[in-house]
Amino acid sequence: MENLKCKGARDMLPRDTARFRYIEDAFRRTCLAWSYQEVRTPTLEYLNLFTSAGTLTPKMLSKVYSFLDWDGWSGERVVLRPDGTIPVARLYVENLIQEKTARLFYVTNVFAFEETGKESREKWQGGVELLGSSTPVADVELILLATEILRSLGIEDFELQLSHAGLLKSLLRELRPDTNENRDLVTQILDFDWQCLTRIQTSNSGVSKVLSLLLNSRGKTSGFLSNLKTLPKIPVALKREIDNFAEVSSLLDATNCKYQIDLTSVRSFEYYTGLCFTFLLNEEKIAGGGRYDNLIPIIGNGDTPACGFALYIDPLIHLVQPQQQAPDKGIAITIESVTPTATRYAFQLAASLRKVGYVTEFTISGDKPKWRWLVTVRDKPIAFRITDQTQNQKFDATSIDAVTAILGDSA
Amino acid sequence: MLTERQSEYIKLALPKGKLLPATACLLNEIGLKFDNYTQETRVYRLQSTRYSNISGKIFQEKDIPIQVAVGNYDFGICGLDWIEELLNKYPASPLVKLADLGYGRGNVYLATSLYGGPTQDELANKQICWRIVSEYPNLAENLALSLRLRRFNILPLWGAAEAYPPENAELAVLWAKNEAALKDKDLAVLRALLPANAHLIANKENWQGKNVSQVMSYFSRGLEASNKPWQRVKTRLPKSFSSYRPNPNGDKIWLAVPDGHQQEPALEFLTKAGLDLPGYSAEVLNRRPSINLDWVNVKVIRPQDMPLQVANGNFDLAITGKDWLLNHLYRFPTSPATELMELGFGKVRIVAVVTQELPAADINDLRKMVQSGKLSPLRVATEYIDIADKYLHDNHISKYKIIPTWGASEALLPEDADLLIENTQTGKTLAKHKLKIIDNLFQSTACLIGNRDSMKSVHKSEKINFMVDLFRRTVANN
Repeated sequence: MENLKCKGARDMLPRDTARFRYIEDAFRRTCLAWSYQEVRTPTLEYLNLFTSAGTLTPKMLSKVYSFLDWDGWSGERVVLRPDGTIPVARLYVENLIQEKTARLFYVTNVFAFEETGKESREKWQGGVELLGSSTPVADVELILLATEILRSLGIEDFELQLSHAGLLKSLLRELRPDTNENRDLVTQILDFDWQCLTRIQTSNSGVSKVLSLLLNSRGKTSGFLSNLKTLPKIPVALKREIDNFAEVSSLLDATNCKYQIDLTSVRSFEYYTGLCFTFLLNEEKIAGGGRYDNLIPIIGNGDTPACGFALYIDPLIHLVQPQQQAPDKGIAITIESVTPTATRYAFQLAASLRKVGYVTEFTISGDKPKWRWLVTVRDKPIAFRITDQTQNQKFDATSIDAVTAILGDSA
Repeated sequence: MLTERQSEYIKLALPKGKLLPATACLLNEIGLKFDNYTQETRVYRLQSTRYSNISGKIFQEKDIPIQVAVGNYDFGICGLDWIEELLNKYPASPLVKLADLGYGRGNVYLATSLYGGPTQDELANKQICWRIVSEYPNLAENLALSLRLRRFNILPLWGAAEAYPPENAELAVLWAKNEAALKDKDLAVLRALLPANAHLIANKENWQGKNVSQVMSYFSRGLEASNKPWQRVKTRLPKSFSSYRPNPNGDKIWLAVPDGHQQEPALEFLTKAGLDLPGYSAEVLNRRPSINLDWVNVKVIRPQDMPLQVANGNFDLAITGKDWLLNHLYRFPTSPATELMELGFGKVRIVAVVTQELPAADINDLRKMVQSGKLSPLRVATEYIDIADKYLHDNHISKYKIIPTWGASEALLPEDADLLIENTQTGKTLAKHKLKIIDNLFQSTACLIGNRDSMKSVHKSEKINFMVDLFRRTVANN
C-alpha cells in the first residue's frame, strides 16, 4: 500500500502512548512536588524569535519548518516550534517577568527537519525552566530534579556529564579575540566540530594548557577544576568561569551526585552561558540542559538569569519498563436483541458499573469479550444474565442493583 | 550491439534568454547542434541535427534545475545561481554539477542603495527589521541566517530587484554582470555571494544508472579545446537604469507601472489620461521615470510583484492584472490589496489546458482519471500557483503536484506536465501546440489596484482619489 503518512512523521500506537503517559505522569508528578507550575506555548511562533545571535545556530535554523501565514504578505515567517526553551522564555518575558523567580515546566513537541525521513521530525520533551535566579543552588536543583525524575522512572545507571558554556566561550575569546571570527568559531563548535580548536595557535601558554587538559581529560570531582585554576598564566575572565564551574561541582559533590566533567558534552545550543549537563543511558542522551543567562535579555531587555533542562521522551519510551499496574476490572455487556428498553437498561447498567469503578465494554459485531464477566441485557422481566466465563457459571438478576450486588466483590 | 547501446535516448534542457546565444554557439562548435535553437525560434522541442536519439527542450533558465532534478531531462544547462537557489532549499535534490562552462559570467550580489544604504557595520549591528527583495528567496534566506540578522523579511520577486532599494527594501539579492553594472543601477555591493557561470548539470539517478557518455564526451571535447568561441559571445541584456531622486516631500504617493508585455498598453493608457512619463520607454527603460504630476512617484516593476508590494504599503496604486491580484488574494485572503477599477486593456482568459490527445473533455473527466490512478499524481504546471491550488481544491482533485514555472508553460505538455493553468488571449498559441482548453477559470484584464489602508490616510486619500477619477474618465472615454 502507498504511504499515507508524511515522511518523517510518526504514529504513537496504544502501547507507546501508554509508555509516553507513564513518563509524562512521573515527570509532572515530580515537577509539581518541586513546586514547578505547568505551562503551554503555541505550536506557531515568529521565526525572528529564534534568529537572534545567541538563540539557535544557522545550522539549526536551516532545518526549521518555516512558512508564511495566511496574512504573511509582509514576508514575516512563522515556524513550527523548533525549541522548547525559547518560547517559554518569551512567555515569561511577556507575562511573568514581574514575578522575579518563576519555576515552569511543560510537555511539548519540537520540530526539526531530518533528511532521511527515518527519524521522526517531531520530537517530544518534558521541559523545566527555573527563571530569575543566578545562584549555583539553582543549577544543582535542576540536576537533582532531573535525577529524581529518572529514578522515579526506574532508571538508575545513567551517566551525568558536566560542561560549562561560559568557560568554553571565554576560552574561545582568549584564542580568537576578533568578534566575527569568534562567532564563526562558536558556531562551528556548537555544530560539533571540536577538532577546529586544536588547529588554533595561541601565544598564551596558560590558555592552551587549560584547553588541552579540558579537551583530553575527564574530571570526576570539583578538585579537577580547582587544580586547573592554579595553573600558571590563567586570565582573570577564565578564572571567573572556572570558579563558577567549581562551585556548582562542589555543591554536587556535597549532595553525593556522581558526574564526569567533559567540556565537549555541550551540544548545539548557542544560548547556554554557564553550567551545562547531559544525562546519558547506554550512550544515548535522555536529558540535558544548562544555564542561559543572556537569553531573556536578548528577547526582552530584562536582566533575568535562568537555567533549565529537557527530558527527551522519544528515547525514553524504549528504555522505561512501566511498572505492572493492577489490571483494570472490566465487565463486558451484550444487548441480546436491540430494543429501546434493552438498550436503555444496558447503558444505565454500564453507567452504574463505571460509577463503582468498573471498566465497561459493549460487545459489538460478535467479538469475543476479553473480560471474565459478561452481562447479557434482555428486554424481559429477568433483564440481566451474568456469565462468569472462567467458571462457566450463570446468574440471573432483575435489577441493576442486583447485578452490582452479585458482581460487587467477585469481579 | 554497440550501436544499440549508444543509441540510448538522451534529453537535454536548454536555456532561453541571456544564455541562449552562447549555449547555441557551444553546441554548434562541439558538434551537438540542435535545429531551431536560436533567439528567434518559436518552437520548444528541439531535435539534434545529427542524432535521432538526442532531443532537447527550451526552458526558462530558472526552470531547468527543477526539470533535471525531477528526472525529466538527463542534462541541463543553466546558471549556477539557479542551481544553488534550488539546492539551498532542497539540498538532497538529485543533481550532479558536471562542469563550469565558463560563459554567462556574472555574480549574485548582496547589494544596497548607493543613497543611504547600510554599511557592513550597520548590517552586523543595527537593530531593525531588514527587508530583503530577491528573485532568489532561498539564497536570500540562508544569507540572512548566516549573517545572523536578528529580524528580516524576505520579499520574493519575479524581477526588477534593482528598483526596490532604498525606499522599498534595505537589501537586494540579485544577479549582475559585475559591480560596475550594479553601480549603474544606483546599487552598492555589500557582498558577492556566488559566481553565476553557466553550468552543465545532470540528473543524479540517470547519471548513475544510464549510459549518457555519448553527450558527455562532446562537452568534454569542447571544454578541453583551446579555442572557446562561445565564451566570447556577447549577450544583449535588456537596458534599464534607475535615476534615484531623494524625496524630501513625504506626502507623495507611489504608483507602480508594469514592464514586459503590459508596458506598451499601459503607456498608451497613461498617455490618454494626459500623463507624460519620460523614461517609461521600451528602448532604454528608466525604472524610476518622472511624471508630470509633482506629487506622484513612479516605479516600473513586474506586474506579478505588484499586489504583494501594494499590500506592504510600498505602493499606493499599481497597474497590474486581475490574475495576479487574485493569485495574491488566494494566498493572503485578508490582504489590504484591492481592485479599484478595470482599465479595459490586457484582456486574457485564465484557462485549464491539456494535450489534445488526452481523452478528457472537462475537469470532471480529469478528476475521474486521477481517481482511477491513470494520472496520479496529476502534474500541474503553472505560473499561478495559488490560483491553481484553489482550482484543484475546489474541483476535488485529490492528488496533484504543482510544478511552478516562469513563463512558456505550454512547452511542458504533455511530457513534463498533464495540466496547465495558463492565460490565453485567443487560444491560437495553445491550438498550435496541440493543446485544448477544458475549463475557463475567469477573465482577467489590466486593473488599478490600491491599498485599503493607505486610502484611509488623510494626506493620501485626496491624491489617490484624484488619480482614480482621472483613470475612470479615461476608461469612460475609451
